[in-house]
Amino acid sequence: MTALLSAYALEVIGLNKAFGGLRVTQGVSLSIRPGERRLIIGPNGAGKTTLFNQISGDMRPNSGQIKLFGEDVTTFAPYARAHRGLSRTYQIITLFAGDTLEHNVTLGLLGLLPSRWQMWRPLSSYRDLAIAARRTLDTVGLLHLADHPVSDIAYGEKRRVELAMAMAQKPRVLLLDEPLAGLSNSERATVKSLIASIPKQTTVIMIEHDMDTALDLAETVTLLNYGRVIVDGERDKVIADERTREVYLGA
Amino acid sequence: MKWIASVLFAALALSLPFFMGDFYINLASQILIAAIFALSLNLLVGFGGMTSLGHASYLGVAAYISALLTSRYGFDHGTAALISILGTVAMAAFFGVIALRATGLGFLMITLALSQVLWGLAYRMSNVTNGDNGIAGLTRPAPFGLSLESAASFYWFALIVTVIAFAMMAIFVSSSFGSSLKGVRDQSRRMAALGFNPWMIRWITFIYAGFWGGIAGLLYVYYNKYIHPTSLSTTSSAEALLGVIAGGSGTLSGPAVGAALVLLLKNYASAYIERWNMLLGLVFLFIVLVMPTGIVPGLHKLVAHFRGRSS
Amino acid sequence: MQFWIIQGLNSLSLGGLLFLLSSGFSLIFGLMRLANLTHGAFFMLGTYFGAVALRSYSGLNIWVTALGAGIAVAAIGGLFERLVLTRLKTNPLGQVLVTLGMSFIISDACLVLWGGDSIPVPTPQNLQAPTRLFGFVFPTYRLVLVGCAIVAAVALYILMDRTRLGAMIRAGVDDSQMARAVGIPVSRLFTIVFCLGAGIAGAGGVLGGPILSAYPGLDADMLPLALIVVILGGIGSLFGAFVGSFIIGFVYTFGTALFPELAYIILFLPMIFVIAFRPQGLFGRVGA
Repeated sequence: MTALLSAYALEVIGLNKAFGGLRVTQGVSLSIRPGERRLIIGPNGAGKTTLFNQISGDMRPNSGQIKLFGEDVTTFAPYARAHRGLSRTYQIITLFAGDTLEHNVTLGLLGLLPSRWQMWRPLSSYRDLAIAARRTLDTVGLLHLADHPVSDIAYGEKRRVELAMAMAQKPRVLLLDEPLAGLSNSERATVKSLIASIPKQTTVIMIEHDMDTALDLAETVTLLNYGRVIVDGERDKVIADERTREVYLGA
Repeated sequence: MKWIASVLFAALALSLPFFMGDFYINLASQILIAAIFALSLNLLVGFGGMTSLGHASYLGVAAYISALLTSRYGFDHGTAALISILGTVAMAAFFGVIALRATGLGFLMITLALSQVLWGLAYRMSNVTNGDNGIAGLTRPAPFGLSLESAASFYWFALIVTVIAFAMMAIFVSSSFGSSLKGVRDQSRRMAALGFNPWMIRWITFIYAGFWGGIAGLLYVYYNKYIHPTSLSTTSSAEALLGVIAGGSGTLSGPAVGAALVLLLKNYASAYIERWNMLLGLVFLFIVLVMPTGIVPGLHKLVAHFRGRSS
Repeated sequence: MQFWIIQGLNSLSLGGLLFLLSSGFSLIFGLMRLANLTHGAFFMLGTYFGAVALRSYSGLNIWVTALGAGIAVAAIGGLFERLVLTRLKTNPLGQVLVTLGMSFIISDACLVLWGGDSIPVPTPQNLQAPTRLFGFVFPTYRLVLVGCAIVAAVALYILMDRTRLGAMIRAGVDDSQMARAVGIPVSRLFTIVFCLGAGIAGAGGVLGGPILSAYPGLDADMLPLALIVVILGGIGSLFGAFVGSFIIGFVYTFGTALFPELAYIILFLPMIFVIAFRPQGLFGRVGA
């Protein structure tokens, strides 16, 4: 019931994480509204991916809370969060290299379905899954490569497959970890337009190390440094803020 | 092409007892049992990415329970078989919970330690298991009143079980669960992020592999009419693992081929060489150093090569 | 009362033996990420060398024999590492399988060379007289074994903590890629550590001879104990191996004395508890 009343899609409250003496997340708090497009920036080592890992459940914080649509998911395993509408992509490509693109996206669809437990029917007999997978590949412009193994396709195309897999589940909150990293200019334009066309029902939170490339996709921006939130708010205000300039140009 | 080969192979397998003597029919039965055992291990190793060195536990426990229930407590074979399998599955569930606290080498070490403990128990608890003497004088079941005493009748029985095992495992591997298992093997974190529960998937597979290991164990004790602690030993687990690796863990049929080769080697070698263990060790070294992906994938490559040349 | 004292001393001496066995295993696993399944066989080889040498030459000193056997086993281990293990750097499963294969080869070789009967090893003459302490009589050799384990533990500690070699080993354990990048000869370190581990096991085998005797299957008895000690004590921690060895020494000795048929179950209970509540072992590092 609280989920319906919550104003926020994702709330991070006072998150702290340390590895021995190294404090990678210090008192981080975020409030992200449904449908928002949030960009998280910061120099290398600012703790952006670590923050994502705690939001997705790959890492446990030392203290603090994470709430998804008002529900406290701090102790939930990653798969439980996926079932509550959280989806993410990774900095490193983590696709199933030996399998076809269609199979990769099919797995993406299967993760939330009860039929993932079934042991007596071949996966290939699920025609509707195959159709949905191919349709998803079509939305990212990769239908022509559906039967190719992932290992055969280009890096930029792999990034699009990652995006397709994350989108296939129609998530409520999507975490994109440096989705534009390592892409050529034309590939970057393709992926950016794909991100821009993500439906408003999905809240998008994106990490980008290079500020300029992703700025036009963002409504709000959070600047992290040394594990702390430095500036947080509407894009243009954060850009203009002198603390932002300090972080990127200072020292 | 594959069709013709399969039909020929099936015809050969079915008609074997008509043109071979008892010695070879018995050898074929042993190969079938070893094949089921290796296939069950490969569910873990090849499809699950979990290398276990304790798989003999399931073969041995099922065999011992059946042996004890039928010889000492007067159970009939049907009930004894059911209890054996239930006991084996329960044990697999328990061992799985312990072993799956770790992955990779930790998992391997725990499965090895657990199976060694079972082996030690079989040795020491001699008033239950008869220790080093083993339990002899066992009988074979007579399903639907049909006797399995002759070499041929037992062979056909084992063949039926093997075909069922192979078919069920093939379905398992290509099902959505099977695909999720392979996914967890390849990218466990990604699978969790997609909504799959990696631990549960691994645990269920562990139990299923233990189930078929137990089936192999029942066939084993029926065939031999005798059970001894060595069936629980690391050597027994290692032979199965060698069969899996030698045949190729990436395919469904590879481990069966590998298990057959290991068994044939063991049979012929023991006629000339007293020290089977040393030979086993050397074969391990050879296979791992020279043919790491196994024989069946190697053959596939060869066939593809020739096909490429003729077209 | 006498029972408890005797069993207590037996526990300590078994613990000491287990440390000599498992310290090498822990070192090898810690640095090379290799579960060396040959380790029980290395120990057994030492026991056989010791048994044969001490029975053939009555004047032979057990310490010299232990040193000699240690060097011999270290050499065999080194050859194996250089010729086989280095070729399998990208195949960790293959590495485990060849160590298993090697253990089969060694154990069958012992069977061929020295037969199937158990060979008792004589306790050294000067340590045969019992020691009198606090009104109790103790077999001196068992006391000495505990001393050996402590000496070995101290020596290993000094090696790891105070020498350059030790620093390099620890760097390699923490991050082998980084160590390579800084110019540490990791490949050579691997060989050195493997030889060291095998050598300690071989020497430990000699020292364990008077208590265990040399018999076929000693390797299969010792290897799971080494595994349990390292799983319990924690991977990559020598201190964990030390503590774990004595815990297992006590559990196994008292277990076998009080409940002989269930000793094996009692043996792995501490391991199960530790795995259930602390999968990295008592003193292991997470992610090691």
